[in-house]
Amino acid sequence: MIMKGRAHIVGDHVDTDQIIPSRYLGTLDPAKLAEGCFFNLLPGFATRVRRGDILLAGENMGCGSSREHAPIAIKSTGISCVVARGFSRIFYRSAINIGLPVVICPEAIDFTAAGAEISVDFDRGVVESAGRAAEFAPFSPSILEILSAGGLVPFMSRRLAQEEI
Amino acid sequence: MGLTATQKIVASHSGREHVAVGETVTVKVDLAMSNDMTSPLAVKQFRSAGARKVFDATKICIVAGRHMPFRDEAFGKSVDGVREWCSEHGIANFYADMEGMDHALVPDLGFIRPGMLICNADSHACTYGALGAWGLAMGSTDMAYIYAFGETWVRVPETIRVRYVGRPAKYVTSKDYVLATERALTVDGARYKTLEFCGPALDDLSVDERFTIANMGIEMGAKSSFMAPDRKVADYLASRTDVPYEAVWSDEDAEFERTLDIDIGELGPVLAKPHSPDNVVPVDEVKGVRVTQVCIGTCTNGRLIDLQQALEIMRGRKVAKGVRLIVTPATAIIMRQAEELGLIDEFRAIGAQINPPGCGPCTGWHQGVLGDDDICVATHNRNFPGRMGSPKAQIYLSSPYVAAAAAIAGVITSPEAIAP
Ligand code: SF4
Repeated sequence: MIMKGRAHIVGDHVDTDQIIPSRYLGTLDPAKLAEGCFFNLLPGFATRVRRGDILLAGENMGCGSSREHAPIAIKSTGISCVVARGFSRIFYRSAINIGLPVVICPEAIDFTAAGAEISVDFDRGVVESAGRAAEFAPFSPSILEILSAGGLVPFMSRRLAQEEI
Repeated sequence: MGLTATQKIVASHSGREHVAVGETVTVKVDLAMSNDMTSPLAVKQFRSAGARKVFDATKICIVAGRHMPFRDEAFGKSVDGVREWCSEHGIANFYADMEGMDHALVPDLGFIRPGMLICNADSHACTYGALGAWGLAMGSTDMAYIYAFGETWVRVPETIRVRYVGRPAKYVTSKDYVLATERALTVDGARYKTLEFCGPALDDLSVDERFTIANMGIEMGAKSSFMAPDRKVADYLASRTDVPYEAVWSDEDAEFERTLDIDIGELGPVLAKPHSPDNVVPVDEVKGVRVTQVCIGTCTNGRLIDLQQALEIMRGRKVAKGVRLIVTPATAIIMRQAEELGLIDEFRAIGAQINPPGCGPCTGWHQGVLGDDDICVATHNRNFPGRMGSPKAQIYLSSPYVAAAAAIAGVITSPEAIAP
């Protein structure tokens, strides 16, 4: 699988309050969550995302609260994948669980300009932009299983179906 | 080679003799939790997966008391949905009658015991480490899975040991210990790891004071906090539960990634400046900063001792003009204790307003949201931009002593300088 899109960039330690402020937590409506995504940090973010675009982040992306509204908000804007120097563990798990691929690739943010085309090749484990490339480690088997099911909910359905047989 | 407490808990919950750091294993969960903010999505995911029954209704505890009473009808509706789901599945441990917030309530009910593995759809699940349990924070979808199957996957983390030595000066509290640790380790210094706190200065603290330290493990990125359960923990539990438990401790020769010594004797009261919990400085460095709001409460410092410490500074005095003083006891139990001791009346006489029990304005949801020009000293655990409302507002994090001093002086000042 290869994902391609334009790059959007955020810095280090972007916490979940900055990804989606608490006033948006009363809803699970993806359109509303997209509207609130990076509400203070990058106002109007969702209007600038074209479906399939890729978000690049610095260290410790998604730190802070466990609100899953954060990865859902990012996904709801049309972002297909997040590439970061590093993730907070709760955000990392939750993103995988809702079927938003998250890639740890510390170098990518150094050679990718905002707005530039970027591609993420999951089979080869390579991020490329502007003729530069960096590798990333493959997903662990348990994560790959969840991602290839399309997230933890379909994964769960499958297990429930098996257990009923 | 011995094992860390974390390895022992993971091993005993995965049916193994031994687990190695870095391994990924499936663990059984002793207690599964979520709250008013995170339960609605967990319930939605549980239903969309087609799950029809929970793994064990007695091992689920849902506290919908963080943001009560409802600030709008949408929120009321979503909590009602959780209530229905709980009654459908016979989940008796559902608290939505304004009992307060989970991290203070659930330990107080005796549901958290040493050696347990608890998953909670909330980042401050690490708080339970103060009782020698392993509290693991998860998202809502992870919780939906646990509600159905009673298990989840974890990677066995490394353990960083933090040892508190020395004797604290007056007005140096466990909040100052953990803020000093935060400064040393930074916001991601313990990412994916267990933070195990120990040392003579930790032993001297009460269980309630220890919660404050365990609580802020996540602010250093930790997967969980842990403290070896001692006599004080046993006494704390003796009055709260008669369910037997099996405490675990790290072996002397366990492999710690590193040990960090923090000399409490060298520490004065500190604060975390905007906009990060690791931006920690001595109070004197920011003294004189004008303050518009002071908040006392939260899962970090919303317990009885915190209210008492604040009153040590404020008793019989008046809040400075231009300052809103907001007190939020974490639970209804704490509210009642404070009332019985006359603390609530004292706060009122000083000019404080008392919120219903819960999280109060910590997340900027209600009951004390900050505007553009506000400068707030809070006993909370997070001061990210926009955390309590406007991203322009300035949030300082401190102990109840330092917060109380600011409320009386109207500016940041050391408790020593203003103490009666
Ligand atoms: S008090 Fe604040 S940090 Fe603690 S659980 Fe409530 S909202 Fe979260």
